[in-house]
Amino acid sequence: MKARVFVTLKSGVLDPQGRAIQHALEGLGFDGVKDVRAGKLIELELADGTSDGAIEEMCRKLRANTVIENFRIEKVA
Amino acid sequence: MNSAVIVFPGSNCDRDLAVAIELVTGRKPHMVWHRETELPDGVDFVGIPGGFSYGDYLRSGAMAARSPVMRAVADAAGRGVPVLGICNGFQVLTEAGLLPGALMRNSGLTFVCRPAHLKVENTQTLFTRQYRSGEEITIPVAHHDGNYQADAETLARIEGEGRVAFRYAREVNGSANSIAGIVNGARNVLGMMPHPERAVEEAHGNTDGRRLFEGLLETVAA
Repeated sequence: MKARVFVTLKSGVLDPQGRAIQHALEGLGFDGVKDVRAGKLIELELADGTSDGAIEEMCRKLRANTVIENFRIEKVA
Repeated sequence: MNSAVIVFPGSNCDRDLAVAIELVTGRKPHMVWHRETELPDGVDFVGIPGGFSYGDYLRSGAMAARSPVMRAVADAAGRGVPVLGICNGFQVLTEAGLLPGALMRNSGLTFVCRPAHLKVENTQTLFTRQYRSGEEITIPVAHHDGNYQADAETLARIEGEGRVAFRYAREVNGSANSIAGIVNGARNVLGMMPHPERAVEEAHGNTDGRRLFEGLLETVAA
């Protein structure tokens, strides 16, 4: 069983890396990029039957810093 | 003073911190590897050094904060033992939940390495008693993730409780309220991005960091 965890900065938290990407895109001549937010994708290979609660606990304890980040879990068959 | 310096894989200011501690206290600190589950008996000061623990994997300080030794450090902090986290050590303390907030990428995106002017905000901590309130001191910074951020409620709380120990006198990294160092509610845990251990000898060009260790020694001896 696989799960994907998407970690993103909370809205309102300044994202200097996203801003740098946006500037780079503008520099390459891509117009109309209004905002860029950078995040992380973490893929987990889990024992079958790992509960949603356990995955959520993993995210809370380590995978995301909930002071500044949100996370979203996506289970892949 | 019986000190311990925690060493993680990737710490690189552990030796500098040990040299500064020995210079001021006359006693070599214990160097404690991150896999240890206990601190040496009778330790009355714990230093968490700068560097790139675990290669900054996941987030700066995130892996180190969950290493076995940090449970012992949290217990010691709970008993009132002074704990000082410098640079990566500050990041580790926030990740471990011993200090509020988080340290994000510098707003200018670049690694900042230079002397920084700091304003001493609170002299009523175990670490800052030898400074004068409002005094401006110079301490070097060297970091990529030093941009202190916390939600508005947390910022209001730590400001209201007088828990900002040091503030940048001029812009360095985009930190909220120019915060360079904060203490916990009990005021025995200090996290700061600037490196006081790099300003303790004349050869360093300035000795403004020395009084932090001297003040601590005075507190522990008292």
